[in-house]
Amino acid sequence: MTEALRLERIGARPWVSATGANELRGDLRLIAEMIEPGARVLDIGCGDGTLLAYLTRKKGVDGRGIELSQSGVNACVGHGLSVIQGDADRDLDAYPTGGFDVVVLSQTLQATRNPRHVIETLVRIGRQAIVSFPNFGFWRIRLHLLVRGQMPMTDLLPNPWFETPNIHLCTIRDFVMLCDEVGVRVERGVTLDRLGRPYALRPHGRLANLLGEQGVFVLSGKRQ
Amino acid sequence: MSTIAFRPRSRSYQGWPGYRLLVRDPLRLDCGIDFGPFTIAFQTYGALNAEHSNAILICHALTGDQYAADPHPITGKPGWWQTLIGPGGVLDTERYFLICANVLGGCMGTTGPQDLNPATGEPWALSFPVITVRDMVRAQKRLIEHLGIDSLFCVIGGSMGGMQVLQWAASYPECVFSAVPIAAAARHSAQNIAFHEVGRQAIMADPDWCGGRYLTLGRKPARGLSVARMAAHITYLSEAALHRKFGRNLQDRHAVTYGFDADFQVESYLRHQGSTFVDRFDANSYLYITRAMDYFDLAAEHEGSLHQALSGTRSRFCVISFTSDWLFPTAESRQLVHALNAVAANVSFVEIATENGHDAFLLHEPELFETLRGFLAGCGEHRGLGR
Repeated sequence: MTEALRLERIGARPWVSATGANELRGDLRLIAEMIEPGARVLDIGCGDGTLLAYLTRKKGVDGRGIELSQSGVNACVGHGLSVIQGDADRDLDAYPTGGFDVVVLSQTLQATRNPRHVIETLVRIGRQAIVSFPNFGFWRIRLHLLVRGQMPMTDLLPNPWFETPNIHLCTIRDFVMLCDEVGVRVERGVTLDRLGRPYALRPHGRLANLLGEQGVFVLSGKRQ
Repeated sequence: MSTIAFRPRSRSYQGWPGYRLLVRDPLRLDCGIDFGPFTIAFQTYGALNAEHSNAILICHALTGDQYAADPHPITGKPGWWQTLIGPGGVLDTERYFLICANVLGGCMGTTGPQDLNPATGEPWALSFPVITVRDMVRAQKRLIEHLGIDSLFCVIGGSMGGMQVLQWAASYPECVFSAVPIAAAARHSAQNIAFHEVGRQAIMADPDWCGGRYLTLGRKPARGLSVARMAAHITYLSEAALHRKFGRNLQDRHAVTYGFDADFQVESYLRHQGSTFVDRFDANSYLYITRAMDYFDLAAEHEGSLHQALSGTRSRFCVISFTSDWLFPTAESRQLVHALNAVAANVSFVEIATENGHDAFLLHEPELFETLRGFLAGCGEHRGLGR
């Protein structure tokens, strides 16, 4: 492991912010901090609308969501959020190019049928895309597989292999390589450790791929 | 011929609740005719606020009417959206000013084929111009203008009501703050046109229809209209709902009778649906309104592009479909949602799981109610109505 790694802490305790961002789950806290006030945001896989509601309330964003589960959509719309029932594979193509400032795909990429197309579409419809996903290269997962010889289960991957929706798991390294391959620029990459603490890292760093339990990446379209 | 009591000529509408507005300026219809003067019968609930910002237009379906929350003046049955409307209800009459108007071509007070043609002194019958959903909406626009409302807080409706909602959003984007098309589509499908044609043929095959002149001749095509209603009613339900309600259960008997009496409960139910319908609905109205639905294709006005049709919209949309609705299936709503996404419209889309088929929009569906309540509250906040 010869690569120089910059494990740089962002702020002292960045996940506890004055605006009350600590209500959010680890990666969502970080994502919320990355989004400018008033931005047009599309949250894909928005769940029960936690991030959207937070962004709308605290940052005045113009937010839209897509969610697969009917209960999630109904909860969102019932709370006055603009959310459609759909999924990242089927329902993104209709959106206009550059329709949003930021497109968020949190903990959903690994459940899509065609992650490559999804990533390309994200940076088409958003000026920026923020993608978070569980890192299958995380040392505990590697160890689990090595020692126990079974499909790993963690807090982020809680389902046994036979009922997980995650059909396209990847490591941080895999993800960055795919971005390179399709010409999507990685503007920023952050790993979160087991305690949800974010570190800035060189996106291609190997140690990050080992130590990060999840990755949060800011992407933008093909280099102009 | 018919044993059903004959109601002479046009209805008088005397003593019926609600209002009637005489519109003097003729309306340029899609078929090219300048039609008018004409009457719009409408009902309102709640009160218009000082800013005129809390008005909701409720659009009724094919066989609905303006009595969304009143007992029906003929059948005495509760209003078709009684479950949604009232103080503290989803459509809260203490908060919103609700307007519901009978559509052009209808038979509950708005000018339709059973009313007298002033030029001949006889009922219009088939000399009534063929109207479209856009014509219905044009007529409603006159009413809204008359009421002094520049912008509707919401336009909402199911089925053909949903078509009107979409037409409103496309034709008058500046007047529609929010739009809720329920169990609807941006165009009528081939299958739906086919079902309507069956209904129309049933009416026209009834000897009492008399080429549409039954009112003048003192007759009533009750059997034809009843069959049309029976066929249509099946399309409003679902296989699962029919099975749950009736199964193969027999009607007041222990064994089949080896005849063509209504042995099965489902037959008896349909016959009842048919026979009660003819008491309250006009056969020619049924022809005209089904035709208007058949002609509905929002994209057609814009070279086949639904995006184009909706490109000017600034409304907040809440599109709702039902899982068991095979008349206006979810796929149709999704197409609409994609078109709205393509023009970066503000849209919510909810598919509600229910066995109740197309008719679910008329029934007590808790998730529908919750969705509507939340959506309207969210829009109310943006409209300055408070939450």
